[in-house]
Amino acid sequence: MSAARAGRYDAVIIGGGHNGLVCAAYLARAGRRVLVLERRHVLGGASVTEELCPGFQFSVCSYVVSLFRPSIIRDLDLARHGMEIIPLETAFTPQLEGPGLCRWADGARTRREISRFSPHDAEIYPEFSLTMTKMGQLVRHIIDGPAPDPTSFRPRELARLLELGNLFRKAGPDAIHMNMKLLTMSAVDFLDMWFESDTLKAPMSVSGIIGTFLGVRSPGTAYVLLHHYMGEIDGAFRSWGYSKGGTGGLSLACARAAESLGAEIRTEAPVARVLLENGRATGVVLENGDEIQAAKVISSCDPRLTFLGLVGRDNLDGEFVGSIERYKLRGSSGKVNLAVDRLPRFRGREGTEFLRGDIAIAPSIDYLERAYDQAKYGEFSSRPYINVVIPSIMDPSVAPPGQHIISMFVQYAPYDIKEGAENWPSKREAFGDAVVATLAEYCPGLEESILYRQVLTPWDLEQEFGLSEGNIFQGELSLEQLLFQRPAAGWSRYKTPVKDLWMCGSGTHPGGGIMGASGQLAAAAILAVGE
Amino acid sequence: MPIPTPFHSRTSTLCTSMKWKDWAGFHAVCSYRTHHEPEYFAFRHAAGLIDVSPLFKYEVYGPGAAAFLSELTVKDIKKLKIGRVTYLCWCDDDGKVVDDGTIARLAKTHFRMTAAEPSLSWFDRSRRQHDVTIEDSTARFGALALQGPNSREILSQVTDTDIASLKFFAIRQASLDGADVWISRTGYTGDLGYEIWIERDEALRVYDALTDAGRDYGLLPAGLDALDVARLEAGFIMNGVDYFSAHHCLTEERKSSPFELGLGWTVKLDRDPFVGHTALRREKKAGAKRLLVGLDIDWGELESVFAGYGLPPELSTEAWRDGRPVYDGSDRWIGQATSGAWSPTLKKNLALAQIEASFAKPGSTVRIELTAEYRRHRVTARVLEPPFYNPARKRA
Repeated sequence: MSAARAGRYDAVIIGGGHNGLVCAAYLARAGRRVLVLERRHVLGGASVTEELCPGFQFSVCSYVVSLFRPSIIRDLDLARHGMEIIPLETAFTPQLEGPGLCRWADGARTRREISRFSPHDAEIYPEFSLTMTKMGQLVRHIIDGPAPDPTSFRPRELARLLELGNLFRKAGPDAIHMNMKLLTMSAVDFLDMWFESDTLKAPMSVSGIIGTFLGVRSPGTAYVLLHHYMGEIDGAFRSWGYSKGGTGGLSLACARAAESLGAEIRTEAPVARVLLENGRATGVVLENGDEIQAAKVISSCDPRLTFLGLVGRDNLDGEFVGSIERYKLRGSSGKVNLAVDRLPRFRGREGTEFLRGDIAIAPSIDYLERAYDQAKYGEFSSRPYINVVIPSIMDPSVAPPGQHIISMFVQYAPYDIKEGAENWPSKREAFGDAVVATLAEYCPGLEESILYRQVLTPWDLEQEFGLSEGNIFQGELSLEQLLFQRPAAGWSRYKTPVKDLWMCGSGTHPGGGIMGASGQLAAAAILAVGE
Repeated sequence: MPIPTPFHSRTSTLCTSMKWKDWAGFHAVCSYRTHHEPEYFAFRHAAGLIDVSPLFKYEVYGPGAAAFLSELTVKDIKKLKIGRVTYLCWCDDDGKVVDDGTIARLAKTHFRMTAAEPSLSWFDRSRRQHDVTIEDSTARFGALALQGPNSREILSQVTDTDIASLKFFAIRQASLDGADVWISRTGYTGDLGYEIWIERDEALRVYDALTDAGRDYGLLPAGLDALDVARLEAGFIMNGVDYFSAHHCLTEERKSSPFELGLGWTVKLDRDPFVGHTALRREKKAGAKRLLVGLDIDWGELESVFAGYGLPPELSTEAWRDGRPVYDGSDRWIGQATSGAWSPTLKKNLALAQIEASFAKPGSTVRIELTAEYRRHRVTARVLEPPFYNPARKRA
């Protein structure tokens, strides 16, 4: 029996990215009749695998998994539905001269590597990790629940604030001081409190700027360093991993889980707008004109696309429209994916063992800051920060034997280039050339090994993946847009000013990364309200 | 003092961690690098190459070989076809397990048997009137296990035989880079995989050929630590860990029957008498008192035990085998978990246990001891039926 014929859906979810699918699975698990509508021909949103050239499975956008919530894996039995995560083993920072710096799972080996730059830093490094792990433990409680609301006096809200307060109180004054520093300092200033080696600090500082339009010396960037220390890929605190077969594999596992629980999923079903009746969402209209009725409409799209695109300014209060217009997206990164016929050879280091993780093109803090300087004035960085991974080393299933995928996250590529964002297509290949040339400085011969190249600018991320302004997190992870202010002050609980319209994407708390937490928490909020 | 296997000159160069152990009197690598996890993930996503030469190997020749092995073990080996391998156990007269292993029928009157323990004397004592010759071929052969989804493609590069046609639990003679080898479609990882049996003089040549062929397929040399995690996921028991050979037990309590170990499916009772026949027939009728089960240790409860000490869950990435008591809901002791591991693939905290039969139904819950911050706790575990991990490619 077709659910549509039998009557309307309990919920229709706009967008088949990982958050939409997680939300669908939880709602279906609670017995709701759910329909997921995906605009593209593939599921996954920005967590997607595509065979762009024969035999190569690309993680087109997001490329590593870290903060995906273990509770979701258990609740939805994602391992049974095909989720497999392969942990990264190393963090390598090449230099133009010498062997660069590689950090290993082996602590003693890491210490020896860092000692070549600073014996002091080599010993401090584990202490720093311990402090950050402690802080990460505290912050984790914030990720695993809805954002605490300090403006509310409802007992449940006060109790949650008190609970968090107690955690910090128990952690002691040092933790509170450290938290304050993390909230206010720049990544570089924060790292300066511990380390002296530029070679070590540069690759560490970049986790503070990923996905933001800020530099490593901009205040407020220290906080995101923490996320690096909260990575948990299987319940135990660990770092980062590849999703088997690309990040789309994780999305497909979520989709299979959702379907096994009864959710319906349709691809190539772009939504034109949200249907409204007397200020209440009652369904969606597809681009082909079909109307789908649902008791609740849940958007996994970013706040701008949801409200200014699918709902429409005219159907919202002016003040709310203003806050959504001011919501900072300003994508700052691009992606360059390569298919190559051999592994890259790095200057100054033999073998491939140090390629079994991520490779940061971040040779110094000044290099990173200069990359930002160009972006401030509307240009892509001619020598950008690049986060390189070669997933085919550990997951050979994504490339033909002996051939490899090089996946590069590139910052900065500002959405608003001075020629205007719509002129990105004419700059696309120049941007790709700059990225390849940058990496080739460290790996001579790279160009000759390239079989295929895909360049995604922020403009492409917007046009192809529906990420407004190409922001990979559906809105900057800057402090003023986190917690109870994500996406707008007073609207952090997945509810929206439009009755029966909800949000479940990365643009809601806690947002960003392949976490699934937004989808999970949104489902919980929706189920708590009932029919 | 352990001695080197035929592959030692290669494995000792690769083993930069210097983590070795004694496996049946041979030097065996625990993990080649300081952490075994890459080797585990190679089993599941690429391929791993393990030196399994220390396995005890016996050649059984002669017109009476099939009849002898049928009488020695719990299976009717007379029915085993040439070119097939079978997994089984063998018992003492009381129907208690002496060891488990495989028997391959290489020719009408030639079988090869693997065992965890030295067994020549036991086989010899059990030979009686049968016209057989038993040879301990352990030192004559090197053995390699090539395991993982890419193992088939790697092997295809270096052998003259059509590897794809070698079915699950089949064995065949082949030429590997010019060396005569036996290749069986078997393993201890629960994944697609092969075992390769080589006369020791040819061992290095075979090792090098596989290593070269594996370069483009993500092949890693793998050690016993990674194997231990993989075999737990596969639900394979281990002699000396999950049970003790009846020959080494001081008490009756310590011995196990095939039924108690989940090996009941290997026992064929409706046939000519074999060692332990009468006792096993009796036990089958009465039902085993204990049963081997899988346990899924509740993560939420484990997490709260550690949270009580302000700690995140602390789990080793290595498998454990130190044994933990298992209780029922009212804290009565009902058995023991004998080994366990966090499964990186299934995202579950798993164990193998022998518990009272009345608790062995899949889905029922028991309590298992957990040590956190030096203190003992009990957390819930759900009974599962092994194998925990059972991909389609395992039998492909």
